[in-house]
Amino acid sequence: MRYLITLTRTAQPETPPPAELMSAIMQLGREATESGALVDQSGLLAKTAEVEVVGGKLTVTDGPFAEAKELISYAIYEVRDEAEAIEWANRFMRLHRDMWPGWEGVSQVHPLMTF
Amino acid sequence: MGLPDPIRTIEAVWRIESAKVIATVARMTGDIGLAEESAQDAFLLAVETWPHEGVPENPGGWLTTTAKRKAIDQLRRQGVYEEKLRELAQQPPARPEPELLTLIFTACHPDVAVEGRLALTLRLLGGLTTAEIARAFLVPEPTVGQRIYRAKAALRKVPIELPPAEELPARLASVLEVIYLIFNEGYSATSGDSWTRNDLCFEALRLSRVLAALMPTSSEASGLQALLEIQSSRLNARIGPGGEPVLLADQDRTRWDRLLIRRGLEALTRAESTGVLGPYGLQAAIAAVHARAGVFADTDWARMAALYQLLAHVAPSPIVELNRAVAVGMAEGPEAGLKIVDGLPLEGNPHLSAVRGDLLERSGRVEEARAAFLKAAELTRNVQEKALYEQRARA
Repeated sequence: MRYLITLTRTAQPETPPPAELMSAIMQLGREATESGALVDQSGLLAKTAEVEVVGGKLTVTDGPFAEAKELISYAIYEVRDEAEAIEWANRFMRLHRDMWPGWEGVSQVHPLMTF
Repeated sequence: MGLPDPIRTIEAVWRIESAKVIATVARMTGDIGLAEESAQDAFLLAVETWPHEGVPENPGGWLTTTAKRKAIDQLRRQGVYEEKLRELAQQPPARPEPELLTLIFTACHPDVAVEGRLALTLRLLGGLTTAEIARAFLVPEPTVGQRIYRAKAALRKVPIELPPAEELPARLASVLEVIYLIFNEGYSATSGDSWTRNDLCFEALRLSRVLAALMPTSSEASGLQALLEIQSSRLNARIGPGGEPVLLADQDRTRWDRLLIRRGLEALTRAESTGVLGPYGLQAAIAAVHARAGVFADTDWARMAALYQLLAHVAPSPIVELNRAVAVGMAEGPEAGLKIVDGLPLEGNPHLSAVRGDLLERSGRVEEARAAFLKAAELTRNVQEKALYEQRARA
């Protein structure tokens, strides 16, 4: 089963991301890759554009948008079931909790359809 | 909405960590069977305690520490702990080698019968239960139990370490073969629960990724990964709506999995940059020719024929020659393909007759083509293939 795991930040602390968090994330990424589970990933640049349909009207807006909630990255995992995907997301979020005080966010685990 | 079931969480942690736990305890005790039992005991203790006490911060570390303690308890009970300690003390200091890779090489040891290697690899490296392995291989559960039992018995005399340099090529070949056979069991089977079969393909693909990551300088490890990524990209497209097989030429290429193709091509590039392509790398390069063609008509048959020539050189077999005949038949015309086919010692092989039928049909020898397809239909034991060949004979 394939899962899209997104990371969204909801509260940004004043401090920059600590170096130890960055290296722990790299290490976890390596472990997940060597387990054969992590198959694709990327961080997202902050400059988002929107193409929106509301009430029959099509609007194109160029970013960036000043929003508290920001999509930070995505990863694609290939694992045996949802519990395994959740476990990887859990490890990822635990690193943020432990190493970057004040930071808040959410990881969403979406099962992907495969045809 | 709701909290996840703690047992499912524990099972997920187990599947992620079990191979590493077993590998660590096996290196410590020199005993695969004891390592697996201790890891199982640790898992059972987790099932008992984690739902109340919560999942530990480092669940893999918890499982490893607990499994080590269980192993020591067991050795004490058997009264051999002191002896084992002395034994370990007398051994030369262990090379700092990755334990997981050591476990892979041990499970695929040539002293173990091939079916035992497959079962043991799925059990130790994949965390599959005996029942799951039995379902996947369509054999009774006690049969798998026996295979694993005999495999462990054969391994009792085998030191748990990475093979010495002079044995490495042969030992690696055995590891690659085991992963390839697991994949093929899932890929080529026409009976059985298709969901389980896809699971086998996935497990083999996962193992090939693990191996390639552990052996980044091995061209063939990356080659096997590349092959399995690209083959897996067609898993869905090769089965029609009624469960019938769809041949490569007729597959809807928009249903090929682009992510797996990309990963396969990347792995192939790694295989090419770390050495001369071996049998698996060459098969991956052949699979890549198909993967790179947007439509069947765009296939680079000349390149395919050249790659088959190389493959026939490093791994000669009549089946490789048959495939080369198909590629040459497309690149240089049906007569050139027929010339290769007609010399092959594959009497009674339905695919040979089907390839002949196709080449004859394209050279306008309609009656001979019909006869070849009828012969293919008569020879095959696969119902769906039979229907396909009969249909071609009527066309």
